Parts: sequence; structure tokens; C-alpha cells
Amino acid sequence: MRKFYTLLIREVRSYFYSPIAYVVLIFFLIISGIDFYFQISFMNQRQVQYTVQEAFFNSVFFWFAFVLIFPLITMRLFAEEFKLGTIEPLMTAPVRDWQVVLSKFFGALLFYLVLWIPTLLYFAIFLQVTHQPAAHSAGAYFGSYLMLLLLGMFYLSIGCLTSVLTKNQIIAAIISFCAITLLFFLGLVQFVLLDVSSAARDLLGYFSAIEHMGTFSRGVIDTRPIVLYVSMTVVMLALTYQAFQSRKWRL
Amino acid sequence: MIKVENLTKRYAGQPAIQDLNFEVSQGEIMGFLGPNGAGKTTTMRILASFMPATSGRATIAGFDVFEQSLQARAHLGYMPENVPLYNDMRVTEYLDYRAGLKGVPHRRVTERVGDVKELCGLKEVERKLIGALSKGYRQRVGLADALLHEPDLLILDEPTIGLDPNQIRLVRELIKNLGKQHTILLSTHILPEVEMTCSRVIIIHKGRIEACDTPENLLGKIRQAGGVILEAKVGPDNGAEELGKISGVRDVIVDTDGDWKIFSLRVESGVDVREEIFRLAIDRRWTVRELTQRRATLEDVFVELTHPDEVVR
Repeated sequence: MRKFYTLLIREVRSYFYSPIAYVVLIFFLIISGIDFYFQISFMNQRQVQYTVQEAFFNSVFFWFAFVLIFPLITMRLFAEEFKLGTIEPLMTAPVRDWQVVLSKFFGALLFYLVLWIPTLLYFAIFLQVTHQPAAHSAGAYFGSYLMLLLLGMFYLSIGCLTSVLTKNQIIAAIISFCAITLLFFLGLVQFVLLDVSSAARDLLGYFSAIEHMGTFSRGVIDTRPIVLYVSMTVVMLALTYQAFQSRKWRL
Repeated sequence: MIKVENLTKRYAGQPAIQDLNFEVSQGEIMGFLGPNGAGKTTTMRILASFMPATSGRATIAGFDVFEQSLQARAHLGYMPENVPLYNDMRVTEYLDYRAGLKGVPHRRVTERVGDVKELCGLKEVERKLIGALSKGYRQRVGLADALLHEPDLLILDEPTIGLDPNQIRLVRELIKNLGKQHTILLSTHILPEVEMTCSRVIIIHKGRIEACDTPENLLGKIRQAGGVILEAKVGPDNGAEELGKISGVRDVIVDTDGDWKIFSLRVESGVDVREEIFRLAIDRRWTVRELTQRRATLEDVFVELTHPDEVVR
């Protein structure tokens, strides 16, 4: 456990050694700030059926930033170690492969969670200034942050997998970006193709991140997406583990 | 300490090492020599559990490097070739991290990190970013890392490559001192270094072991097969032809230095031709200013074993 903890600490710290962390943090802060500002100014102009918090987590800005950050967070995880050769001292130390894989995944997850901390402030400020809550209930906050965690886990695990497959960070980033946007648009297909049979539309609907976020940010905690994302994360991490081990039997 | 049996590794069918068999016992400093691409790094990586062998077995301190890799790695301090390090960490921070990975007990981390920094002369750069260090210091960080958990066995892949002569001397002294408590397997190109530090030497060529012996014995085998140098004024004679007729002389190479001719003779092993040459010189009234038997070095052994077809001068 201590070795895992040592690895995890280094992973989280390593984000802040490089400029990547700061670039991502600032980029994310700007986009989410713009998002929040636009939602409020939009609501000031007309009557709407939803709350500020719902609007914030379901806007175009949000999704734009959302799909972009994962490749940035995960691309260096394994690829950089392969490129620099630091994988050699790492794997000749008495650590297990799964400790390395999990520490990288959870390191990325912790950094990803740090990104969301400022958004809590937005809602606190909103309450302070307007004296009314940004959401209907505490459950709505809980639901949206839970969905952020679930989607984050899944997309980060995809990033882990693509990073373990190459020693080139750019390639890792592009592949994971394509995979994540593809998955994202799969959920949009149901809105585009109106004439597909309803069964197919329903099926695609189950994979729609937008739909899931919509439900959860209203405070409806549906167990199906939870099972989907947790199990997909496990699958992706298992694949990452296998790919990481494959360096031993390739060639 | 290390036991290697029939170790073979193939890359895409191409053998990198073939049927290696050797043992390194407790307290030995074993030198691992060979030309580039001979399979030194491959062997060391297998021993360090970084990659598995295609066939064969290797154990470290009694633990199989593949089956019981974790225990084997715990007994081993490994310094990879070119010492890959995280450039964005500071020296002390990196060593602290490595100590945690290697399971150095919490309360001993500060002490151990301090010790290895002292030992490897890293005190003055302890707060620097590793990326800003010179090659010599990076090498020392790698060595300090290998020593952190007080392993029984050190495997050092080219510990002195890319260092200046002063640094090489420092590292060599360090290795010699470490050899008092640790078993060491080190690979290098610098042969005098091996003669000075190692108790035994393995010479590997094209993935096979060509020789495995003490440096003295290896030299003993080849010393007779060394050469003789004669510098003389031979007048009108064709010295080379006359010298070539002496039994035991394989060939003669001639150089000139003004009036003087310098003959380098290659001689069959076990034969001392100096007496014959002396007689010949008196016979022909040559003026001699030098007649020496050239002492073979480990370099000659190395060249002879790894380039058998080329002229050994």
C-alpha cells in the first residue's frame, strides 16, 4: 500500500512540475467562467424552466471543455515514461504492474477533481450575491458532481489505455481525443437521425453522456449509468494493465 | 548471488544472447565486457526483471527473476544504461521517492538518502532539478538510487560512460569501495577500469560467452601471444625478411624513424624469440636501441576474442 501511495503522490505532483497542469487549469477556469457568466446573463433576459446549476452542466461550453481536457490530462501518463526511458528504473524497483497502472489512473483522477474545485466557488458566490440557491436541491449538486466523477473515470481510463500503447504523447492524445469525441457523438446520433427505429435510438440513448448528465444534474440518481461507467472504467483499466504487461511478451 | 543457466533472448527470432551460463558469487566484482550489441544490456535487463528471457533461468539471491521477480528486485540495485531520470524532480525529492518505492522503512528514509548523497558526492546539488545536472551528476544520482535500499547486489550498466577522466576515477574508487560490502556486476567499454576493479571478467561476443576468468588468467593466456618490438639500424639488409625466418614469428610489420627501423613482431604463444633476435642482430652487425616484449593488455584479450580475424598488433 505504501508503494502505491508513493507512486500516487509522485503522479499528482508531476502534474504540477510541468506547465501542463497550469495550462489546463487556466483553460478550464476561463471556459467554465464564461459558461457560468453566459448562463446567468441568458437567464436574466428570459424565463426558463431550469436552474443555473442545470444550465451550467449542460451547456455547449461545458461539453466543449469537457471532451478536450481528458487527452491533455492523460497523454503523458505512460507515453512520457516510455519516451524518457524512466520506465526502466520504475519497473526494476520492487513494484507491481497494477500498482503503477492504478497509481497513474488515480493520480489523473485526483488532478481532474482538482479542476472542479473552483466551480464549487461559483455556486457559493451565486448564493452570496443573489441570496437564492443555484439548484433546486442538494441532490442536484450531488448528482451533477457524481456524474462528473463517473464520466471522468471512464474517459480518463480511455486516456490511460491510449497512453500505454505508444511512446508518443501526441499520438496518445489524438487517439484518446478521437475515442472520447466518438463516444460523445454516439450519444448525439439519436437527435440527428430521427427516422431510426426507436429501439436503436433508445440503445444509443443509454450511451449518451449528455442524457446522463441531464438526468443526474436534475438530481435523479439513475443506477444504470453508474453501473455502465464503473464497469467500463474497470474494463479499460484491465486492458491498460494487459497492454502494460505486454511489453514483457512482445517481440 | 547471481546464477544464470542457459539464458537465451530472441528479438523477433534474432538471438540477442544465446545459452549464457555463469555465476557471480557473494562479494565478487564481475566485469561484463563486449562490443556494442553483444548482449550486455539485454542480459542485465533480464537480470533486473525488466524483460523476460526467451528461455533459460536466472536467479538473484536464490529468487527467480521471472517467477519471484519482486523479491529478486528487492535484493538488487540496478543502474540502467544512460540513467533515465525524471528531469522535473529535485535530487533529494527523487531519492526520497525512490526510497519509498524500494520499501526503505519510513524512519530510515532521511538517513539513507543522506548517506547515499554523501557517498556519491551529491550534497552540493541536492536541491537542484535533475534536468539541470551535468552528465556526471546524473550518473551519480543513478548510482545513489541503486544504493538506496542497501541491496546485496548491484548491477551497473556502463556506470562510467560519458564521464571525464576525473569523474571516471571517482566512480572507479566508489565502485572499489562498494565492492567491499556488495556483489557487483558492471558492464563497461573501458578496459583498464576492469583490470583495476574487477575480480573476474566475462567477455561476451555476439550473444555468447567467449571467456570467463580472472583478469590475470586472461592476460596469462594471451601474454605469450603478445609481440616483440625491435628498433634497429639494419644497414642494407632487409630486416623484416630475416626476422620473419626466425621460428615462432608469425609476421613482421615495419615502420621507419629516420635511419632507424621499428619492427613489430607478432609471435606464437609460448615462444620467446628475443634471444634469437639478439643473435641475429650481432650476426648482421645491426645497431639495436630497443628490444622489448610488449605486454599484452586486457584490450588485446578483448580484441582477440571479439575480432579474431583482424591483425592483433
